[in-house]
Amino acid sequence: MKVIEKMKSRGIKELLSDYLIMIVLVIMIVGLSLMNSNFLVLNNILNLLTQSAIFGILALGIFVVLVSKGIDLSVGSTLAFAGIVAGIISQSPDAVDRVFPNLGMPPLIVTAIVAILVGALIGFINGALVAYTSIPPFIATLGSQIAFRGAALMVSQGRPISNINPSINMFGERIFGYIPMPVVIYAICVFFIWVLMNFTTFGKSVYAIGGNVEAAEISGIKVKRALVWVYVIPGVFAAISALIFIGRTGGSIQPAAGTMFETTAIAAATIGGTSHGGGVGKVWGVVVGALILGTLTNGFTLLGIDAYVQQIVQGMIIVGAVVIDMQKNRKR
Amino acid sequence: MANGEVLLKITDMSKEFPGVKALDKIHLTINKGEVHCVLGENGAGKSTLMKCIIGMYQPSGGEIWFDGQVFQDNSILKSIERGISMIHQELTPVRERSIMENIWLGREPKNALGLVNHKKMATMTTEVLDRIGLSVDPTMQIKKLTVAKMQMVEIAKAISYDAKLIIMDEPTSSLTDKEKAQLFKIIRQLKAEGRSVVFISHKLEEIKEICDRITVFRDGQYVTDRDVADTTTDDMIRFMVGRALDELYPKETVELGEVVLEVEKLSDGKVFDNVSFVLRRGEILGFAGLVGAGRSEVMETLFGVRHKVKGKIYLNNKEIENKSAKDAIRNGFAFLTEDRRKTGLFPMLSVSDNILSGSIKDYANKIGLLKVKNMKQDSDAYIKKLTVKTPSGETRIMNLSGGNQQKSLIAKWLLTDPDILILDEPTRGIDVGAKSEIHRNISKLAAEGKCILMVSSDMPEVLGMSDRIVVMHEGKVTGILDNADVSQELVLAYASEEKNDFKGIAKE
Repeated sequence: MKVIEKMKSRGIKELLSDYLIMIVLVIMIVGLSLMNSNFLVLNNILNLLTQSAIFGILALGIFVVLVSKGIDLSVGSTLAFAGIVAGIISQSPDAVDRVFPNLGMPPLIVTAIVAILVGALIGFINGALVAYTSIPPFIATLGSQIAFRGAALMVSQGRPISNINPSINMFGERIFGYIPMPVVIYAICVFFIWVLMNFTTFGKSVYAIGGNVEAAEISGIKVKRALVWVYVIPGVFAAISALIFIGRTGGSIQPAAGTMFETTAIAAATIGGTSHGGGVGKVWGVVVGALILGTLTNGFTLLGIDAYVQQIVQGMIIVGAVVIDMQKNRKR
Repeated sequence: MANGEVLLKITDMSKEFPGVKALDKIHLTINKGEVHCVLGENGAGKSTLMKCIIGMYQPSGGEIWFDGQVFQDNSILKSIERGISMIHQELTPVRERSIMENIWLGREPKNALGLVNHKKMATMTTEVLDRIGLSVDPTMQIKKLTVAKMQMVEIAKAISYDAKLIIMDEPTSSLTDKEKAQLFKIIRQLKAEGRSVVFISHKLEEIKEICDRITVFRDGQYVTDRDVADTTTDDMIRFMVGRALDELYPKETVELGEVVLEVEKLSDGKVFDNVSFVLRRGEILGFAGLVGAGRSEVMETLFGVRHKVKGKIYLNNKEIENKSAKDAIRNGFAFLTEDRRKTGLFPMLSVSDNILSGSIKDYANKIGLLKVKNMKQDSDAYIKKLTVKTPSGETRIMNLSGGNQQKSLIAKWLLTDPDILILDEPTRGIDVGAKSEIHRNISKLAAEGKCILMVSSDMPEVLGMSDRIVVMHEGKVTGILDNADVSQELVLAYASEEKNDFKGIAKE
């Protein structure tokens, strides 16, 4: 109904360009189903979604930062550091006993909360740097990326952390044998960000700050405080991704985990139409962007195409998506 | 010196922008070796004319003759090649680079290998700087120069192009008296070399001092041209203003109420000092003055976005501090800023998001979610109330005309339910139709009991809309006039500090 209304008021051409990436995804899915009968199988689709979940969640956090006209390069390192810290305090009883003899194994909720707090702290540091020292977000989060990768290596002494509380595996498994927990978490995150960005004062402020920071200030928005929160979000989401990561690897994490994940996440948000110029972007676009990248990986693997070629195609899609986006905005 | 030979001749030139006729069949003749003043109020079309001459704009009609040839397909590059240089009011050097790299940007001397020859560039720079008597190290970063010296570098650059015509847009606006004397010396020297100078300024005594001829424009139309020697400053003002106020301004008579806002000896420590005035309920208090008089800065300080160094602000007899825009909004202030694009609009957001952007907080329910339905209702209501012409509230505001953008921004501030509305150049760059609608709205708001501070460089607007007029000159209030017995000439006299009611008081 709504789509038809929109079509009347805005013309089919504009509508097509608005939903272009959705169309691309559909074409990809249809094409892959025709080329390989194993693609459109429930199990494969569930796998695809599970694989997309971690990148998808990271991309949601990055999306918020991009809308504020910033960037976050540190999510991959945050994932590793939050995962390692949470992992260390949640190793199997005998491992923990050596450090804290009387602690025993903490329940899963403690692990989760510790990870999220660590992620939030890193985000807070990023946000405070950007808001209060006015150094460019690229530099602030590049610094965090390097420093927290180092911190992850230091805390773990460069070794993988394993024997983590086995109950954490639920974050990577399927509940009732069907529904993948990562996808459930992803869906919750999507819903959360959708509500946050469209139906709260905070969300409107983020769009305003990214759209015109001076006008936002004049409108009475506390720009600095809002910016700090903007960076806390990807930090927390990186920590959530870390939990899924540990769950999917059967209770272990290594300090190099999540390396380069930020580039894939930024790519997903960008393909989804989030502008690096700030103030523009839709949550569903970010989801579709992550799915396009996930489908690409999954489909190419099924077709037996080289992983290196996948990367080349990925690069071209990112640039192509932005070129189309720029032209769309220029015309108006 | 002035050998009477024509250098530049413009006939019947027009320039139209969507909805505005910026230039209407104007004439301009400049002789060789003459300093020619182009005079007019803000918005008279001076800048548009200059931009047409230097090829930034393409005129929609008329001819430009330069040095005996007619201009065809003018462009910035071509006009420079032909020998026209402009020194803009806002200098835009590449600040981090050296003086010589700025002067020879894009035409650096090369050595045999095609690489930049820095040594030669330095000598060439010293040569050209010598000609205007500026001795600085050519390799110094340009940002280390004073504004006056930067300006001299710009003049040197113009000479290095062998410019026959040098346009100076308010070159003295940020110079000290000594620097000004130096500039005038250079101008006289340029004249002696047979070059012509177009001198744009609001300062009438300067014009008397340095210019040979003068051409006056008003509302995009040619008024007169004459020798400066035969023209008094009073004449200049009369030519500039020249028309009776028409009935474009639908000001309703409002019974003024109690004093709502009292500002006492306000200062920001930089641009303005010792500014005091009162504002009554239902009053429209106009702020007149030339560009750079500090009016906008006063408003920014009242609204808490510029730092206050001294002074007190009383709202309903209680002292208040607006430390941020948020405080100001809470205290019932609203601020329609001067530069719509820079500080007003969220261009990529929808009309309705723009309208709601000053009061989003009011729409949050108990758990922090926004009441979308109420938001839509209110923004639609204001779109209707202020007759914003837009396909829908969801349209991106960047697709609207300037007038409709401005109406949306007024709607935004009305939605915060303010008591004191600060309007900084409320109708700048807006076509006539939308302009009078906005005026009608302003007048209605005052009648409803809002208090309005209106900064405007549009003299008829100030005179047509205000109950009283505060006139400022270079950061100081020179007069507060009752609008009953005020002429544009009088306001301009205060604005150029020919008259000053506060002369003794200002210096404490």
